[in-house]
Amino acid sequence: MTGNILTSDAAGAAKTETAPFGHALVRAGETDTRIVGLTADLGKYTDIHVFADKFPTRFFQMGMAEQSLIGAACGLARTGLVPFATTYCVFATRRAYDFIAIGAALGRANVKIIAGLPGLTTGYGGTHQGIEDLALMRSIPGLTVIDPCDAIETAQATAAIAQHDGPVYMRLLRGVVPVTLEADYKFEIGKARLLVDGADVAFISTGLMTTRALEAARTLAASGVKAAVLHVSTLKPFDRAAVAALLARVPRIVTAENHFITGGLASAVADLAVDERLPIHLKRVGIPDVFCESGSLPYLAERYGLTAAHLVSAAQEVLR
Amino acid sequence: MPAAPSGPATSEMIPLTRDLTALRAHAKAMRRHVLRMAEIVGQGYVGQGLGIADVLAAVYFSELRTRPAEPTWPDRDRFVLSIGHYAIGLYAALAEAGIIPVEELSTYGADGSRLEMSAPETTTGVEMTGGSLGHGLTQSVGMALGLRLQGRDARVFNLLSDGECQEGSTWEAALAGAHHQLDHLIALIDCNNQQADGAPSKVMGIEPLHEKWAAFGWHTQRVNGHDFPALLAAFAQIRTTPGKPHAIVVDTLMGRGVKAFEEREKNHFIRVAPEEWSLANRQLEETA
Ligand SMILES: Cc1ncc(C[n+]2csc(CCOP(=O)(O)OP(=O)(O)O)c2C)c(N)n1
Ligand SMILES: [Mg+2]
Repeated sequence: MTGNILTSDAAGAAKTETAPFGHALVRAGETDTRIVGLTADLGKYTDIHVFADKFPTRFFQMGMAEQSLIGAACGLARTGLVPFATTYCVFATRRAYDFIAIGAALGRANVKIIAGLPGLTTGYGGTHQGIEDLALMRSIPGLTVIDPCDAIETAQATAAIAQHDGPVYMRLLRGVVPVTLEADYKFEIGKARLLVDGADVAFISTGLMTTRALEAARTLAASGVKAAVLHVSTLKPFDRAAVAALLARVPRIVTAENHFITGGLASAVADLAVDERLPIHLKRVGIPDVFCESGSLPYLAERYGLTAAHLVSAAQEVLR
Repeated sequence: MPAAPSGPATSEMIPLTRDLTALRAHAKAMRRHVLRMAEIVGQGYVGQGLGIADVLAAVYFSELRTRPAEPTWPDRDRFVLSIGHYAIGLYAALAEAGIIPVEELSTYGADGSRLEMSAPETTTGVEMTGGSLGHGLTQSVGMALGLRLQGRDARVFNLLSDGECQEGSTWEAALAGAHHQLDHLIALIDCNNQQADGAPSKVMGIEPLHEKWAAFGWHTQRVNGHDFPALLAAFAQIRTTPGKPHAIVVDTLMGRGVKAFEEREKNHFIRVAPEEWSLANRQLEETA
């Protein structure tokens, strides 16, 4: 298969929205004039160009310089503004980690870091695939960490973090983004949502993997297996009450994340089970301990075990 | 430290030349490779690949001492590609130099191919995984220090971009290169007047580049990156200027050699319609 490296993840989605983050930021910016935007030479590629076109004087192009991007965002926050800074996950978290940890988190600066190409949503190999960003960001005290599932949640989370006082790291689904959650879905910072109930096995998922967990639950239902789906889009603060309640009720668990299987959602679930002494049977679906190849998105999902079919097999394993 | 022993010459070096006709022929062949790869993928970094072909031809066929059959020869000159997305241009040069097979170019960007769209160092002839921009000059400084310490008579060429002149790490490495007097280190800065969000003058001004590199202690020259005599003269001047690292700012035109790409609105990532490729191939053949 050739040339598919550029295939977007929306390929095949029944319903999509374009640039949900950019449009939601414009709506927030219309009522809240404290909101400003910044990017590090990735305005066109992180949908913040929509905001830049609408509010040119409230938008700052920082050039390809991620440390300067985050530092300047912290400085803007210190003057009372609410900066939204965009780049890719890898460059925000790897290049500018110190600036996020110290400037944003320790300094309690009210900055929103919006980071594109989470996990395997790009074909560009290890330099561009943000496979450990959630682990890095979860390790920073006081930072809110969000991995939205679809266009609906991306828009709602954008509005919510604009109102929230404190530093936030949010993964970005950019461009043409699938709509996969129900129209009545309500995002709230720090709240997990039980999307499907079921007593046999439970998927605990985050980010775009929730779409695949929903698909896996439908497949299992067809063979009489009742699978729950708990969507945990806020990784930090972690909704311990909702997750613990599910673990106590349905101890056969499959976690699903578009991220390294260590340090992200699976680790948060395992930590909680240990803390609460909950005996669970946990199977972790996520990216293995390697830098991934370059390739088309379907190829990568298949190769690294992130498809709905992989989730079905994982569920069957914990059911055995 | 004593010089590390180097084995006997087990293989041939790429024959180097200062013949302008020969260098232009290499560049033309490389542009054909670039178009072939880009057409298979359908879009992408064809503008960069065409734009840098003359500079790469000058480096690979007039300067760089390498052995195609022994790509890890310890005394080789290093060519470090910082801008991973220029891989299409590098693969064309590696194929033309016989370091990778020409036939393999048809796998560029394909699932499972080692010719990834951003060049990984696991691929023969690729010295460093670029693509997270701003790494190239830092590692090049380290290579230059290491080669000097081991008494190896090898040089390090780093190709970086105008966009990379915005990364702080580039300038941290520039300080180090001058401080350690790495006169066997050569930075080629490709000014194609483009980066992801537009022209550097709009995104984040970097000029005057000549003055900046000179102020950082580098022996600096600025030439038209499509002018072979000027490129060769710049390389000649490097050999007679000891004590400092060398910067050559090369001004290039994205899409050079294919009129339709040269003239279209400049874009970091070009989208090309399927029917445009035959015109592109024709225009390349018509270009002198
Ligand atoms: C550290 C880092 N930040 C951001 C990017 C995303 N990015 C890829 S290419 C590019 C433009 C860089 O400028 P340049 O190399 O001059 O681009 P070109 O001439 O190829 O358009 C950017 C911002 C990156 N690869 N690495
Ligand atoms: Mg450029």
